[in-house]
Amino acid sequence: MNRTHLARKLYGRAMEAVCLLASLIAVVPLFAFLWHLVAKGASSLSLSLFTQLPMPPGELGGGLLNSILGSLLVVGCATAAGIPVGIGAAIFMTEFASPSVTSALRFACDVLSGIPSIVMGLLAYQVVVVPMHHFSAASGSVALAFIMLPVVVITTQEMLYLVPHSLREAGHALGIPTWRIASSITLRAAAPGVLTGMILSVSRIAGETAPMLFTAFGNPYLSLDPKSPIATLPHMIFNYAISPYDDWHRLAWGGALILVIGILGATLLSRFILWWHQRSLNS
Amino acid sequence: MLECKDLQIEFDRKSVLKGVSLVFPERKISAIIGPSGCGKSTLLRAFNRMHDLTRGAKVTGSVSLNGQEIYGPGQDAVLIRRRIGMVFQKPNPFPTLSIFDNAISGLRLSGVRNQAHLKEAAEQALTDAALWDEVKDRLKSNPTTLSGGQQQRLCIARALAVNPEVLLMDEPCSALDPIATAKIEELMFRLRERLTVIIVTHNMQQAARASDRTAFLWMGELVEAGETEMIFTSPKKSMTEDYITGRFG
Amino acid sequence: MARPFDAELRDLKFGLLAMAGQVEEMLHLTQQSLIERSNHKAQRVSQLDPLVDEAELRLDQACIDLLALRAPFATDLRFIASSLKLVPELERIGDHCCNIARRALILNPQPPVLQSDDLQRLGEATEAMVHQAVDAFINGSGDMARAVIAADDKVDALYLHIYTELLRSMLADPLCIERSSHLIIVIKNWERIADVAANIAEEVLFILEGVNVKHPYLQASAKP
Repeated sequence: MNRTHLARKLYGRAMEAVCLLASLIAVVPLFAFLWHLVAKGASSLSLSLFTQLPMPPGELGGGLLNSILGSLLVVGCATAAGIPVGIGAAIFMTEFASPSVTSALRFACDVLSGIPSIVMGLLAYQVVVVPMHHFSAASGSVALAFIMLPVVVITTQEMLYLVPHSLREAGHALGIPTWRIASSITLRAAAPGVLTGMILSVSRIAGETAPMLFTAFGNPYLSLDPKSPIATLPHMIFNYAISPYDDWHRLAWGGALILVIGILGATLLSRFILWWHQRSLNS
Repeated sequence: MLECKDLQIEFDRKSVLKGVSLVFPERKISAIIGPSGCGKSTLLRAFNRMHDLTRGAKVTGSVSLNGQEIYGPGQDAVLIRRRIGMVFQKPNPFPTLSIFDNAISGLRLSGVRNQAHLKEAAEQALTDAALWDEVKDRLKSNPTTLSGGQQQRLCIARALAVNPEVLLMDEPCSALDPIATAKIEELMFRLRERLTVIIVTHNMQQAARASDRTAFLWMGELVEAGETEMIFTSPKKSMTEDYITGRFG
Repeated sequence: MARPFDAELRDLKFGLLAMAGQVEEMLHLTQQSLIERSNHKAQRVSQLDPLVDEAELRLDQACIDLLALRAPFATDLRFIASSLKLVPELERIGDHCCNIARRALILNPQPPVLQSDDLQRLGEATEAMVHQAVDAFINGSGDMARAVIAADDKVDALYLHIYTELLRSMLADPLCIERSSHLIIVIKNWERIADVAANIAEEVLFILEGVNVKHPYLQASAKP
């Protein structure tokens, strides 16, 4: 009796140790890389990184102004298109559509969210670049919007499902039109979760590189024209990293650090929103 | 006056209400009693067309408010629900709106913009719901800071702000303690002066205390209906007698 | 579905029946004490009265407790509310019997005043009314109760007849005035007992049918 008890205890402890090891294997390399990233990129963090344009190869100095602004523009336009459409679709699915239509749409979104981003880039290439006969920021935005859309729909829909049905009932019983219930009551109740989903989907598309290769295409100069090619941060990191110039490598690490800080900031912001909302409910 | 004639309701082909005919006189409190699953809530929800929102629900028969058929062609369910309000079993104030915003949510979200009008309506509704004194200093706070009884009175205020002619109450006190229940019953007595109240309750004592007329439903059928004092002292049907004395149900 | 309350209601009913049984025995002894001129039986009546009084206190409390704790409705409510009235009515019959028994002790040694057996018939009619009222309660018979209410008129008539007889006797023979005045009190008490029996029958009708048949002259103009 005592011996089996001891054996079971030891077995339990051993399993615990194995799980701990697995966690370390998962997490430690990540932290190691982040540490490496910070070490390499910190040296290039300076005001000039944000204010100067890249220098021609061979010359030292320069910054990432065009790709930072370019990413902001492309991601911004994609967001402006993707978020309203995504939220609208999610509202339609949860508040208006019949169950069969909803499950069909949801299936479509599940499939779309699994499609590789490079395929989405190809779609944007067919739809925008080919008719326009040149690369453009607009096509980059379109590609990113396509990638973002299913994610926004799915997360918004999940958040809307979490809103208790009793709130909708209360709205109906007051004689409020259904669309108004959806926008002012249901969506508002789901707002923190929806907002978080939006922030996370934005931070995801901010880091997409593959579609940019043949839509936005990159631009060594500062350009904010939607009809022209534009530089984006992940694309620039790719170009600089594979270049033979040390100075450009330095810029690549700096850009990578900016991206990671941005994504980290977005994640922290979404956590903060959830915490603040919870606090305001309890006070 | 609200009246239903031969009302039948099915959910996915399953018959839940089998031809109920009742009259609810104006400015009186009418109670609907019966064991669980007898169809009381289903009956109540037919009066403000809440079943329109349930897939697979089929309502046949007639429900009329002051002679006007509410299921008639061309009748807008949204407008009907402004004339026939509802309060639910579990208080459900909108958690993202303040107490003030909750009170006038029915008005504002239906398009009323005049700020002065909204303020007046809120104060009137909260006073009618016997809540004004308790919340007048914290109209901007979140309704989740109120007690259960206060939240339910807020929901009543919210329903009253839209100025309905009939108020439907679906077991409004089941989730509340006796003191909160007594406050709401007292409130119902005052409301009776200006509108018709129909309350579904599984609490016999509450039906006896608070209503003028009582209808007893069993398995989707109306067994007996009449003046509350007659039902509780000398009911005509033995099934009614057995139910209210607790011999079954 | 049997409720614990059902046992309590049964206990109340049996309590009432036991009390009614004691009262009926007192009634019978009272009648016998007059007919047989038995002082022993008259004294027995007074000895039984405290039992009836004790039953009144006990059953009164039982009714109040049931009202407070069981919140009864419908038939249960009518039964308990009526019991609260039946209990003092039964006790009053006992008191009237004691009154008659006291007069019996005085009258028995003296010669009778009336020649006819009217007094005996009055006693028998009253006894029958009380017995039938209690039967109506036991058997739940509305018809029996109605018969008791109808019989009260006959008892009233008999009482009036004997009263007139006694007045005539007193006018004819002043020596029997004292005896006659005691007898008047006796027949008055019988008549009162008959009234109480009719009241009991009205309560029984209320329990059974939910109808209040008291004061018919008011009922015609009362609300439906």
